[in-house]
Amino acid sequence: MSGHESSFVPKSRFGKFMDERLPIARMMHGQFVDFPTPRNLNYWWTFGGILSFCLVAQIVTGVVLAMHYVPTAKDAFDSVEAIRRDVNYGWLIRSIHAVGGSMFFLAVYLHIFRGLYYGSYKAPREVLWILGVFIYLAMMATAFLGYTLPWGQMSFWGATVITNFFSAIPVVGTAVVQWLWGGYAVTGVTLNRFYSLHYLLPFVIAGLSMLHIWALHVAGQNNPTGLEVKSRADTLPMTPYAIAKDIFALAVFVTLFAWFVFFAPDYLGHADNYIEANPLSTPPHIVPEWYFLPFYAILRAVPSKLGGVLLMFAAVAILAFVSWLDTSRVRSTKFRPIYRWFFWLFVATCLALGYLGSKPAEGVYVLWARAFTAYYFLHFLLVMPLVGLIETPSKLPRSIAESVLGSGSSAAGATAGAMSAPEKR
Amino acid sequence: MASHAEEPDRRDFLTLAGGAFATVGGAMALWPFIHQMNPDASTQALASVEVDLSPIKEGQAITVMWRGKPVFIRNRTPAEVEQAGKVELAALSDRSARNDLLPEKTPAEDANRVKKGRENWLVLVGVCTHLGCIPKGQSLADSKGDFGGWFCPCHGSHYDMSGRIRKGPAPRNLDVPPYEFVGDSKVKIG
Repeated sequence: MSGHESSFVPKSRFGKFMDERLPIARMMHGQFVDFPTPRNLNYWWTFGGILSFCLVAQIVTGVVLAMHYVPTAKDAFDSVEAIRRDVNYGWLIRSIHAVGGSMFFLAVYLHIFRGLYYGSYKAPREVLWILGVFIYLAMMATAFLGYTLPWGQMSFWGATVITNFFSAIPVVGTAVVQWLWGGYAVTGVTLNRFYSLHYLLPFVIAGLSMLHIWALHVAGQNNPTGLEVKSRADTLPMTPYAIAKDIFALAVFVTLFAWFVFFAPDYLGHADNYIEANPLSTPPHIVPEWYFLPFYAILRAVPSKLGGVLLMFAAVAILAFVSWLDTSRVRSTKFRPIYRWFFWLFVATCLALGYLGSKPAEGVYVLWARAFTAYYFLHFLLVMPLVGLIETPSKLPRSIAESVLGSGSSAAGATAGAMSAPEKR
Repeated sequence: MASHAEEPDRRDFLTLAGGAFATVGGAMALWPFIHQMNPDASTQALASVEVDLSPIKEGQAITVMWRGKPVFIRNRTPAEVEQAGKVELAALSDRSARNDLLPEKTPAEDANRVKKGRENWLVLVGVCTHLGCIPKGQSLADSKGDFGGWFCPCHGSHYDMSGRIRKGPAPRNLDVPPYEFVGDSKVKIG
């Protein structure tokens, strides 16, 4: 992987035997034990580990749920109810899986905002960032497919509305949608294929995550100062330093997770999804799960079908380009006095769009949704390029070590001109 | 590496031909795996439904299923028919009649969305042309929107008494499915 050399020393005879044939232990030791991590990583850097946990939890609970779930229009709804009532510990496993989807998105949003704040998308981490955008896209697809499976009213109508996005494509739209449905409307045929794909995509996410971690370990981690690692003094071995922090943060996260699982398993869902799917009656107020609300608000802010759908997809796609949209010389927003305000305005915009997405699309809600949609895109297309050009960054520490230990102790490794453009190590 | 002057040898030929064979073959093998997702034979078998119209009184509407989709059948009052007929084409955002039995370019006048002599009967696919929800307006208690026809609660599309889009994000008028009257009081859809 990276230039970092593993300090692994096999101890047993078996260890030596393996080390000469398939050095997995050496690789794992090099990447996850003595791997050099910046010594100033804060708790916002623990979400990578938390997300790995989420993916494993979803796969384990999902594989088990698949043993009891029946993907047909006739039996799907009842089989999910049977899982909650009859299957041994089914209530627990199903709740972990359903709540787990929300927790996964909570963690990924914090992870994304962390990356945006500290400039983790800037060179040399562009590929790392874009892989992250792909993972996010795959997560959205998986979550959408999975939400269809309980075959409640929201499942059915959510599936109808979202698959209909593709009918906005000129000329071939209807053919594409009928291809997705396998019919002329969402039916049990659609449910069956969604189940198959819902089982497939998490493994795609797992594969993308491995590439994401690989790219991370080639470029090395970013850190709160946004400075490059320049000397050994700037880093600490991943185990135990970063790992200890990861484990503590994971424990806090799992506590919140468990609170939802045990005390409010349905709080993040929608009551209408406990009514079996009815193709003849649309619920008066269709809303997606909370993690899609900002995009739903953007969709509804546009008074044109194709326009709304395009803008909604663009809202995700634009994330892939931030490495080139941001013209700033420094990475971390900590040292960007002007951009900092815009960053928090952007966070507020996302939250506001989320709120508006949960409201009916009428009157003043639509006007606000339009205003925030406009800022969402202006932030990327105008603020990121312009602020980077006109802003004078505040004074950066000379090195990562100096930022943590003070100027005296870091002199050994630090070099002048710590600031500015990324450099090769 | 062979120098440029050399004639292509058998290995070059085999590599090129083999590569081309694998590429074309691979692309062709892909099609069955894509096409299997399209509507299957049983779904395609164009089912038609016959509906008895006699119980539907003036001003009432019923919903029937056709090809997995709801179809609205409405017995319009003379006042409603007159009102739908008076709408100027210029007031419509979609000027196509969207009648499966008539050409695409047919203007969206009310007369082109019903059968001659049976103007009171309006038959529509009850699926909002925006994102596929089912508009409200079939039962008497429903909100019928600003134009007295149907109102889609999902994203706020308003349809008039002829099922034409008047306000909101939906791009097209509600579709008129292929149908014909069988005898005096029956209609066959499909």
